[in-house]
Amino acid sequence: MSVLSLKDVHITYHTAAGGVPAVRGVDIEVAKGEVLGLAGESGCGKSTIAGAILRLLPSRTKVEGSITLDGEDILSMKLGRLRAVRWTGASIVFQGAMHALNPVQRVGDQIGEAITVHNQAGEREAKVRVGSLLEQVGLPTRRAADYPHELSGGQKQRVMIAMALACNPSLIIADEPTTALDVMVQAQVLRLMKDLQRDLGLSMVFITHDLSVLVETSDRLAIMYAGKIVEEGPATSVFEDPKHPYTAALAAAFPQIGDRRFRGNPTGLGGDPPDPQEIPSGCPFHPRCPAAFADCQRTVPELYAAGTGRRAACLLVTGAHASTAEVTE
Amino acid sequence: MGTRGYILKKVFQAFLTLLAVIVFNFFLFRILPADPVDILTRGAGAKLDDAEKAELRASYGLDKSLFPGQFMDFMGDTLRGDLGQSIIQRPGEDVTAIFGEFMWPTLLLVGVSTLISTVLGIFMGIYAGWRRNGTFDMFSMGFSLVLYSMPEFWLGMLLILLFSTTLGWFPSSGRASVGGAYTGLAAVADIVNHLFLPALTLTLAYLGEYYLVMRSSLLDVLGEDYITTARAKGVREKWVLRRHAVRNALLPTITLIALSFGFVLGGAITVEVVFSYKGLGGLTYDALQNRDFPLLQGVFLIASATVIGMNLIADLIYGYFDPRVREA
Amino acid sequence: MQTPPITPGGDPNLTSGRIPESLAEVRSPRQIRRARRRRALSTFWAQYRKSKMGMAGLIILAFFAAVAIFAVFASKDGLDPTLVEGPRLASPSATYPLGTDSFGVSVLTQVIQGSKISLLVGLVASIMTIAIGALVGIVSGYRGGTYDTLLMRFTDFGLVVPWLALAIILASIIGPSLVTIILVIGLTSWPGTARLVRSQVLSVRERPYVERARALGGGNWHMIAHHVLPNVMPVILANAVLVVAIAILSETALSFLGLGDPFSFSWGGIIESAFNGHATTLGAWWWIGPPGVCIVLVVLAFTMIGFALDEIINPKLRER
Repeated sequence: MSVLSLKDVHITYHTAAGGVPAVRGVDIEVAKGEVLGLAGESGCGKSTIAGAILRLLPSRTKVEGSITLDGEDILSMKLGRLRAVRWTGASIVFQGAMHALNPVQRVGDQIGEAITVHNQAGEREAKVRVGSLLEQVGLPTRRAADYPHELSGGQKQRVMIAMALACNPSLIIADEPTTALDVMVQAQVLRLMKDLQRDLGLSMVFITHDLSVLVETSDRLAIMYAGKIVEEGPATSVFEDPKHPYTAALAAAFPQIGDRRFRGNPTGLGGDPPDPQEIPSGCPFHPRCPAAFADCQRTVPELYAAGTGRRAACLLVTGAHASTAEVTE
Repeated sequence: MGTRGYILKKVFQAFLTLLAVIVFNFFLFRILPADPVDILTRGAGAKLDDAEKAELRASYGLDKSLFPGQFMDFMGDTLRGDLGQSIIQRPGEDVTAIFGEFMWPTLLLVGVSTLISTVLGIFMGIYAGWRRNGTFDMFSMGFSLVLYSMPEFWLGMLLILLFSTTLGWFPSSGRASVGGAYTGLAAVADIVNHLFLPALTLTLAYLGEYYLVMRSSLLDVLGEDYITTARAKGVREKWVLRRHAVRNALLPTITLIALSFGFVLGGAITVEVVFSYKGLGGLTYDALQNRDFPLLQGVFLIASATVIGMNLIADLIYGYFDPRVREA
Repeated sequence: MQTPPITPGGDPNLTSGRIPESLAEVRSPRQIRRARRRRALSTFWAQYRKSKMGMAGLIILAFFAAVAIFAVFASKDGLDPTLVEGPRLASPSATYPLGTDSFGVSVLTQVIQGSKISLLVGLVASIMTIAIGALVGIVSGYRGGTYDTLLMRFTDFGLVVPWLALAIILASIIGPSLVTIILVIGLTSWPGTARLVRSQVLSVRERPYVERARALGGGNWHMIAHHVLPNVMPVILANAVLVVAIAILSETALSFLGLGDPFSFSWGGIIESAFNGHATTLGAWWWIGPPGVCIVLVVLAFTMIGFALDEIINPKLRER
C-alpha cells in the first residue's frame, strides 16, 4: 500500500489576474520506505504539490483530484483531523531554514512545539525528546537553547530535519532542503538525510531542481515541467538514459566531473519556463526543445511507456518521428 | 554583547542625545545676529535704557564670551536643573517651579490617551490584519484613515460643538471647575469630567495611526515562511497568531509608536489650547504669545527629554522581545 | 529594473520584435532608454488605474487643485471685512452658502481662498523636505563610512526632537509668516525621508548591475545619476506624497497656533479665527466644519494616493 497517492491532481491559484494553473493533472505514488525525487525548474509546480499534501496553500486555491496519505483522503478531511494528521502523518523540511524558523523563539521550543501540540508528551518529556532528536541530526543538545540567528545555515537545516522527525511521520516531504546552502554543507546535510532515511526506513518526497542531488538520494525520479510530469522511472536509469529532451537538458546542466560525455560540451537550456497562464499549444516544452518537430506543436503528449517501469511524455518515445537524431546534446 | 551591554549602550546613547539637545537649545537663541537681550525683552514691550540693558546682560551672563563662558554656564545650569526664570508670564519665578505646577494635568492627559489609543489600536490592528478584508477591516480602515487625516485640534472643536455646546454633557474648557470647592471623590470626578473630551480627542487622533501600523506589520509577518511552518506542524490558528505572528509583528509597531511620540506631544499642545486645559501645552501657547523665551526653552528641553525617554523605553522593550538585537 | 533575459530574436523591448536588417533601424542607447521609460510609465499608469483608492485620491486632488487655481483668479473683495455688509455669524443661507464669520465675511470665500495657501505651503514645504531628505539619504547611503555615520547621527537627532516644540521656538525667534512655516516644516520633516532614501540606496548599491557599471568605469556622478537615482525615485515619489499630507497637517497646526501670516488665511488660519471668535461655544458649526473637512479630504487624498503607489512599488503587497 502506498504511503502517498496523488491522482489526477489539478491545482489552480487565485490571483487578481485570474486563475493560475500551477499543477495540471499529476499522478504520484510513493511506496513505504521509498524515496521519490521530484525535479524541475522554478515554477513547474513541484513546491505547490508539497504545500497541497498538507493543505497549506492559500485559502482560495482550487485543489482538484485526490490526495491520499496513509489511506486517508486529505482533501475531504475535517480541520480537526487535518491538524492531527499534520506532522504526524507527513512533515515538511522547508527550503531556506533562514526564514522558516520563528526568529524570536528558541529552536528547542520550536521542535518541542511539534511534540506538545500533538500531545505526544508533556513539557519535560518533550525537552528530552528534543535533545535526542538534535543528537540524531548531529547537533549538541545544548543548541536547543539557541535562537535561529545564532546558528549557521547548515545547523538550521539540521534543526528543520530534527523538527520534521519529531512526531515520527509516515512521510517526509523535503522541499529544496539544500538549495540555500554551500556545496560542502549541502553534501553533509544530504548524507545526513540519506542515513536517516535508511536507518529509519522513511518514505520521502525529495523536491529540488538539482538532478544530481536526486540521483544520489532517490529510488525513483519524476521530472516536472509546466505543471505536469514529463518523465518518471528509476532514478539512475532516468538520469543516465533520459527519454525526454527536458530531462536530458536538466541532466546535462550539471556536468559530472570525469564523465567523458561532458567534456568540451558546454550545455545549457535557453529561454525560460512558460508562464502558467500562457502555456504553449501541444507539448509545452516545444519552444525550447532541441529535438522538436512539426507534430510537437499540435499534439499534447501523454505519459507513454518508455522502457521497464519508465514513462515519458514525448512524441519521440512513440517513434512518431522517423529521425534518429540524438536526444542528448 | 548580552543583555546588560545592550541596556547600557542604549542608556548611554539616550544620554548623549539629551546632551545634544541641550547644546542645540543653547545655540537656538544665538542664531540670530540680533542682540539676545533685545530678543529676550522684545515681548516685555518696555524700552530699556542702556544701563538697564547692561544689567540684564550681566545677570544673564551675556557679557561673558560665548565660548566657554556662556556655554559652560548654560550647560552647568541645565544639568543642575536650573532652567532660568520666566521673564514675561511669571517674572522672576523659576521655570522649573512653574513646570511643576503645570506638569501633572498634561501627564494625566497624555498618559491616559496614549495608553488607551495604543492598546485599542494594537488590538484592532491585529484583529483586522488577521481577518483581512472582512467588514471590520473595511470599516476600521476607513475610519482610521479619516482620523489620521484630521487635525486633532479641529476634532476637539467638533467634539466641543457636539458634546458640550449642543448636548451639554461635558464642560468645554478647563481642567477643573473654577472656584472648585470639591474635595475627595467629588474632586476626582470633576477632574475626570473635564478630562474626558480632551482625552477622547487625543485618543482618537492617534488611534488611527497605531491601528494602521499594527495591521500592516501583522500582514507583513503573515507572509513569512515560519507561519507556514507553524501551521504545517498542526498548531491551532489561535496559537499561530499569538505565539508566532503577533510576537514578531509587535516589534516594529513598538518602534514606530515610540517614534511618533513627538507628534503626540505636538497634539497635546494644540488640544490643550482648544480646551483651555491648564497644562504644559496651554502654558507653551501663552509663552509663545508672550515671547517668554526661558519658558519656551524649558518646554523644548522637557519635550525632547520625554521623546528620548520614550524611545529608550521602546528600545528596551524591543531588546527584551527580540533576541537578535541583543547581539553586537 | 533587471537586465532583460536574452531571448532569441532580440529583446522585444528594444526592437520591434525582429532583428534589425539595416543600420538605420538600430536605435541609439538614448532612444532605447526613452522607449523603455515610456513603456514603464504606461505600465505604471495601467496598474495605478486599477487601484480604487488611488483613483479616488486623484479625483479629490484634481477637484481641490481646480478650486485653488480658481482662487488665484477670483476676486478677493469678499474677504475684506471693511467692504463686507453681510450679517455676522449667520448660518448658511442662499446668499452665503457656508454662512458668515463674526466679521460678516463669507466662509465660502475664505475656504476657497484658503485652498490656495494651504496647498501652496504644503507643496513648497514638501519640496524642501524631500530635497534635503533625499540629498542626505543619497550621500549617506552612497558614500558610506564617516559621512554615513555623521549624517545618520544627525538624522536620528532630527527624528527625536519634537517637531512642534522646535517649530514654536523657531517661529518665535524668526517671527510669524508663511515663509517661517515653510522653513520650519522643511527643517523638521526631512529625517524621515532621509532614512527611507538611505536604506533604498543601500539596497541598490548591492545590486549586480551596479557593480558591473562600476567595473566598466562608471564614475560617481554617472552612478548616481543613471543607476542610483532612477531606482530611488519610485520610493521618493511614494514618500513624497505622504510628506505632502503631513506638511499640510503641520501647516494647519502652525497656523492654528498663530504662526502663520496674519493677513492671508489658510484653512488652518480660518480654524484659528473660528476658535478665537468662540465659534465652538457659539455653535457656529458652519465656520468650523468646512475648512476642517477640506483639510481632511486633501490629506486623505494624498494618503490614498500614497497607499496606491506603495502597492505598486512593493509588489509583495499586491498579492494581498
